[in-house]
Amino acid sequence: MTKISRGLTRRKVLQTGMAGIIGTGVAPLVFSKGAWAQEFCNNPTGDTVTLGLNLPLTGTYAEEGADEQKAYELAIAHLNGEGDGGLIAVLAPTALKGNGILGKKVGYVSSDSQTKSDVARAGATRMIERDGAIMITGGSSSGEAIAVQGLCQEMGVIFMAGLTHSNDTTGKDKKRYGFRHFFNAYQSGVALGPILGEQYGTDRRAYHLTADYTWGWTQEESIKNATEALGWETVAAVRTPLGTTDYSQYLTPVLNSGADVLILNHYGLDMVNSLTQAVQFGMRDRQANGKDFQIVTPLISELMAKGAGESVKGIYGTSNWHWNLQDPGSIAFTKSFGAAYGSPPSQAAHTAYVQTLLYADAVERAGTFYPPEVIKALEGHEFEGMGNGPTLYRAEDHQCIKSVLVVQGNESPTSEFDVLNVVKEVDRETVTYDPAIFGGELGPAEPAPVC
Amino acid sequence: MSTFMSRNDLLLLIGFTIAVLTMPLWLAPFGAGYPDLLNRFAIFAIFAIGFNILFGLTGYLSFGHAAFFGVGSYAAVWSFKLLSMDALPALLFAVVISALFALLIGFLSLRRSGIYFSILTLAFAQMSYNLAYSVLTPITNGETGLQLTLRDPRVLDNALFEAGPGLPSPTLLGMPLQGFEAFYFCAALLIVAFFLAQRISGSPFGMMLKGIKSNQTRMHYTGFNTRPYTLAAFVISGMYAGLAGGMLAIVDPLVGAERMQWTASGEVVLMTILGGAGTLLGPVIGAWLIKYFENIFSAINDVILARFWSFLPDGVSDAMVQITSKFVGDGWFLTLGLVFVLIVIFLPGGVMEGVRRIADQFRPSRRSGRPANQARPHPRPAE
Repeated sequence: MTKISRGLTRRKVLQTGMAGIIGTGVAPLVFSKGAWAQEFCNNPTGDTVTLGLNLPLTGTYAEEGADEQKAYELAIAHLNGEGDGGLIAVLAPTALKGNGILGKKVGYVSSDSQTKSDVARAGATRMIERDGAIMITGGSSSGEAIAVQGLCQEMGVIFMAGLTHSNDTTGKDKKRYGFRHFFNAYQSGVALGPILGEQYGTDRRAYHLTADYTWGWTQEESIKNATEALGWETVAAVRTPLGTTDYSQYLTPVLNSGADVLILNHYGLDMVNSLTQAVQFGMRDRQANGKDFQIVTPLISELMAKGAGESVKGIYGTSNWHWNLQDPGSIAFTKSFGAAYGSPPSQAAHTAYVQTLLYADAVERAGTFYPPEVIKALEGHEFEGMGNGPTLYRAEDHQCIKSVLVVQGNESPTSEFDVLNVVKEVDRETVTYDPAIFGGELGPAEPAPVC
Repeated sequence: MSTFMSRNDLLLLIGFTIAVLTMPLWLAPFGAGYPDLLNRFAIFAIFAIGFNILFGLTGYLSFGHAAFFGVGSYAAVWSFKLLSMDALPALLFAVVISALFALLIGFLSLRRSGIYFSILTLAFAQMSYNLAYSVLTPITNGETGLQLTLRDPRVLDNALFEAGPGLPSPTLLGMPLQGFEAFYFCAALLIVAFFLAQRISGSPFGMMLKGIKSNQTRMHYTGFNTRPYTLAAFVISGMYAGLAGGMLAIVDPLVGAERMQWTASGEVVLMTILGGAGTLLGPVIGAWLIKYFENIFSAINDVILARFWSFLPDGVSDAMVQITSKFVGDGWFLTLGLVFVLIVIFLPGGVMEGVRRIADQFRPSRRSGRPANQARPHPRPAE
């Protein structure tokens, strides 16, 4: 430091500095400003339209993300009239023509959300700001979905949620620009409750192990309400940190608690670990209170059942969809997914695929990409043929109301994919609920002034 | 001592200012010239500069800096929710609260040095993360992340003017901070942060910190009590992190607990080492490199690769797509890891050492009278 002055004074430094800031800082502003002034955010003017896929390709739910990506690629191919057309032929009513959306060829950009809400938002922002995505879709955790949904509301871009099961997504955090096809924890409880009563009686004592975050809590609450309505008693509800690999410290107290049912409110790898370890503890061979000890996994998917292997046999849970359903929509989707990738689709893949088609269909019906019109086309839309029976996109909270599957781990699987049996399809009248019970408000449909 | 700063420092600052302000122009060809990523470049550069004040100058490797970053974000969002959508109070709260937090953690952690200090900071950060993720959900909204809602009180804003429909967005004295306006706001703060770091590292205080890095025992023997200096460096560095966290909340008013996870703390360590610890520019370059990889490389999919390799014959281009797809998209961690390993092996001083080696090639004899080391504007303190 020190020495050399060479005529540099404090004033001179400040002067040149300010000139530099003004010269370089303001000039590009003038050029860039017009770029964002459009009729609405990312109005597709060329002959293509871009969808933004926000997928967890790394992190806890990477497996679901990979499956979703396959489904999106398939859906986009079908929209463009490539492949066997998949569900386009069975969606009823349909406005889809197999020539893209409104005659524009569908393309996509993708982003790795790492199962983190921050990263998911950064990715979504990039796809909207830089790549001109007209719609954002994907995600496989509720935290991510809620975060991106909030962003899309601010940006005025429609968000079609992927796998998200928390009540909050279409409950207290619902947004006008966010839409969810997947079912939620509340519906899981309503659907699963009666089956549990039938199978295990009405005087059970339940012990909950719950993943310690929003989704886990809402599911625990929903299942607690459903089982207590049956007459069950809740012995304890213990929270476990997300990403726990060793559950022995949580499982040991269960043995001495006087409980005879263990309810695992876990998802993904957490569920695979906790279920496998509970079975290794010999819980399913135990007797408690003169009854057989039972384990219940309220939300389960094929990917998790596959991961848990032997342990999942005979265990009850709920699913949004299963590839083994025998309606034309499910058959068509399983066939074209199997032909493309050699394995049956998971429920994450299904919801991703269906969301893409529903968005495209809504744009066709609205006749424009202008988000408020598309939202109107989706709200209160009644359709069928997508594998879940007659379905309503409810206007009040943007939740799809459709039947929910109660599934059971297959005792004698015929293949590595045949791990779950559908025990009962609970119809949509039973799982309908009053949208007001979770609070929240949708907010305005008018797009934000800036994109 | 009539001068304000040395000629070299001034040139560096001016060069840096120009480079930062023209980022939208020179980053556009690399696919990174859009406001959101530019904001992140500026914000994480501030984070890394601040981290470097602790790690680069004193040699104390904190493995928990993401905690201050997260605390800054939470403070800023709460300021939006309770007070006003203006950026200035948000930043003020972010810096003050993270400073208090850093004071507390620094006071406890700095009782140890070396690996024990790193583990202590890591433990505190992980503790903060778990608190934010579940225990403190009423304050942090847990996994879902803290967001603005329509029902927030926003006392100052509501007292001053009528609320519009929809969620408000952050402003700076009434000017909306979105798109490039937000970037120039971040860029201005980055330049100020860089300038302050430059002043700190050149000051007697900075010299003291470098002395601590070189040989703390000798400092003790010469009669210095080093604890206040390290604690001050820790708090300053925590304030930088809080400022960066607050800025991230301004450009995107949502904060999730994963901002405080150990991976986020590790990221800033990577940034600093990748660019060159102890240098002024190094951490900035490291931050830009990592954010570029995270945002651009991870978004390259097979379709883009196929277009890129399409000039090759069919079979070859398919093979190239197959090979390169392992390194982009979900494989971006792999590429980043390789780059990091290569840099640590061949350029232990980070990218800045590479720059210096190249520069030395071009001016070998001019300063023959004295060792090249002294000619450098910012000598790394001796180990």
